[in-house]
Amino acid sequence: MKNKALIANTKDNVATAIKDIFKGELIKIELSDKIYSIEILKDIKFGHKFSLEDIKAGEDVIKYGEVIGGASEDIKKGTHVHIHNVESKRGRGDLKK
Amino acid sequence: MKLLGYKRENGKYGIRNHLIILPTSICSSETATKISSQVEGSVALPHQHGCCQMGEDYKQTLRTLIGLGANPNVGAVLVVGLGCEGIRPNEVAEEIKKTGKPVEVITIQECKGTLKTMEKGIRIARTMAQELSMQSKVEFDMSELLLATECGGSDPTSGIAANPAIGVAVDMVIAAGGSAILSETTELIGAEHLLIKRTANEETSQKLLKIVNITEQRAINMGTDIRGSQPTPGNIEGGLTTIEEKSLGCIYKAGSAIIQEVIDYGVAPSKKGLSVMDTPGEDIDSITGMLAGGCQIVVFTTGRGTPTGSPIAPVIKITGNSTTYNNMIDNIDLNAGKVIDEDVSLEAMGKEIFDEIVKVSNGKLTKAEILGHREFGIFRIGPTF
Repeated sequence: MKNKALIANTKDNVATAIKDIFKGELIKIELSDKIYSIEILKDIKFGHKFSLEDIKAGEDVIKYGEVIGGASEDIKKGTHVHIHNVESKRGRGDLKK
Repeated sequence: MKLLGYKRENGKYGIRNHLIILPTSICSSETATKISSQVEGSVALPHQHGCCQMGEDYKQTLRTLIGLGANPNVGAVLVVGLGCEGIRPNEVAEEIKKTGKPVEVITIQECKGTLKTMEKGIRIARTMAQELSMQSKVEFDMSELLLATECGGSDPTSGIAANPAIGVAVDMVIAAGGSAILSETTELIGAEHLLIKRTANEETSQKLLKIVNITEQRAINMGTDIRGSQPTPGNIEGGLTTIEEKSLGCIYKAGSAIIQEVIDYGVAPSKKGLSVMDTPGEDIDSITGMLAGGCQIVVFTTGRGTPTGSPIAPVIKITGNSTTYNNMIDNIDLNAGKVIDEDVSLEAMGKEIFDEIVKVSNGKLTKAEILGHREFGIFRIGPTF
């Protein structure tokens, strides 16, 4: 069966959907010697990310083995990871005093 | 690796043989366009700048216009000015003339009106066009090729498929002695710490960090979250969440070569191999800067799809999103989505891109060229007064 999601790096805590994935699906991804088995809790559109583990508010979101932002709220394993629950750490003119 | 192209007087090689009608200001752009419309095969470069500019912004526009005229894909130049503008038409003409190529300059005020300017300009351009038409291609080495890399309308497939495949092709061009430019400083924010590990020296690393810092500060000074501008609404809709995520996917375009130097917008690299140019993330201004730096060919990845071309260099359009490829097949040349859908390796896709670079260099027209896409814009770093 073709993979429905990709993980860019073994350090990542998110995967990227390469097909539309629907709530309730069980996604299996093999990376190196690890097999991830994730129950999807919300529909994930092609190109969007879902979490591979529970991520607490304030923790780093990791893709490509690098920090791509911080969780702005608790993120459950298998849920959609995007602008509603991830903040960037760069270019934040809105935080300028 | 040998290619076929046009030898220029200064020893450089072009892969196209353009006659350009180059307005020095917004005031002469209409007239330049009208002259070009009467000379088959010529290209006008209308723009909105060239007067009431100051300081570094003035210097950047000046060197960009000169660099475009000096580009090896350009065989001859007719500079058209109003006569009173800040960018001096005679200065632009004299600087381009240093390449040895045919350059003429006319102004609307000296010619006494647009109709007389058009008459004079069309006659000059007609003679130039005929001369260029008699020029034959000769063989040249790939070491003379300078490749511009660009991404626009990115989505997550850009970082997974299209940009890494470009990176393979860039590595192949550099291995064959050619050179390439990575640009779009905004899209290095969040990934710069990776790039400084692969520079030729500390000075290059420091300059890279400096240009990223200046760009980020400029964004912060706007007082809002950069998200929404960068990444764009389309990037976000496609799944890119932050500028860090976008940048980490963008830098794959650079392949694995050492970064030899960091150059300002519109400046020609002084070293062979890979360099980084300080350009904005906005595609058209970015490409224009690299053309002014001497790039003869552009490889452009897109996730969401964009028709962008350029007036003086072929733009090879590549997507990593097969749906986008099928939807916009009229405008997109290659589908790197095969890496995701059909298990085609990045190496194989990179080879396909490299082969296309060779074919286009030798004369194959890209879709953007055939459809007449000549998007053109000069990056401004200061206001108009």
